[in-house]
Amino acid sequence: MPFQRFVEPGRVAYIAEGIHSGKLCTIVDVIDQTRALVDGPESGVPRTAVRFKQMHLTKFKFPLTYTSPTRIVRKSWKEAQISEKWAESSWAHKIDARKRRSELTDFDRFKLGRARQTRNRIITRVYQKLKTKAARSGRTFPARKRSKKTANPKNAAAKAAAKGKGKK
Amino acid sequence: MKAKGQLKEYEVIGRKLPTAKETTTPLYKMRIFAPDAIVAKSRFWYFLRQLRKFKSSTGEIVSIKEIPEKSPTKIKNFGIWLRYDSRSGTHNMYREYRDLSVSGAVTMCYRDMGARHRARAHSIQIIKVEQVISKETRRPQIKQFHDSGIRFPLPKRIGQKTTLPRFSIRRPRTYFL
Repeated sequence: MPFQRFVEPGRVAYIAEGIHSGKLCTIVDVIDQTRALVDGPESGVPRTAVRFKQMHLTKFKFPLTYTSPTRIVRKSWKEAQISEKWAESSWAHKIDARKRRSELTDFDRFKLGRARQTRNRIITRVYQKLKTKAARSGRTFPARKRSKKTANPKNAAAKAAAKGKGKK
Repeated sequence: MKAKGQLKEYEVIGRKLPTAKETTTPLYKMRIFAPDAIVAKSRFWYFLRQLRKFKSSTGEIVSIKEIPEKSPTKIKNFGIWLRYDSRSGTHNMYREYRDLSVSGAVTMCYRDMGARHRARAHSIQIIKVEQVISKETRRPQIKQFHDSGIRFPLPKRIGQKTTLPRFSIRRPRTYFL
């Protein structure tokens, strides 16, 4: 399993802990074994040290020379359209969904339950129709497939020998 | 001293109180790393007493200023010369740290000395702290970061703040390719 996400200048990381949690940033340089110097001019993260344990590496990366100044980071970030790409990613969608779910009121949960019920009833109705149709035409279970395996040469030889013996 | 939290750098200037015999006394300046100004003043007198013949009761602190870091967004290598008491004697050391600020590096030094040598803060005396350019660093654990194309994965992800359940039927995933 080769690694695909590396700590390197230009790697976009999601800060999961600390004062800047929930924001994206770029790794600008590595301070030591536990920390990186990060910068996120377009996402509201000042140039600070963030520990590796506080960040999650994303699949996004753009070319950046180590210790580039903030204006170069901002320019390269915009050129690579990181904010847009992140907003489209399923990771960001999941964070959004989690946030929305936690902000639901009781009335929202009621509405959601009713919507799920409506959807599930439509699905069940279509499923039952298909099921009865299949039952009436005898196709509830799919037709048994004959095994199309090619004969094992050893077995074939043994079978032939047994057949020859039997004949004798 | 207890090296509480992040240490700060102070410039403390003190002098012996002038007397009838000695109307003007020389000023002595020290670079002190302490958690706050009160401890900084105390450390100043601790060192002064060892070097000159006056103490807090016969002297005065003329000025105490906190020195903020000049370039807090630039990674620097620091060489720290220190003297500490071990259980069986007192030794000199030279240690190197990589950090964004001087006080950050000195804080790391106190923590590191406590961890590696069980040295308590009161038995450590910082002799000198200097920024060292990459070429002149001596320690391999600092030199390994002097690489413009530095690149490494985070192979086993453990020990972070976890949203994982306390009880689970499956082991957590520690690799994120």
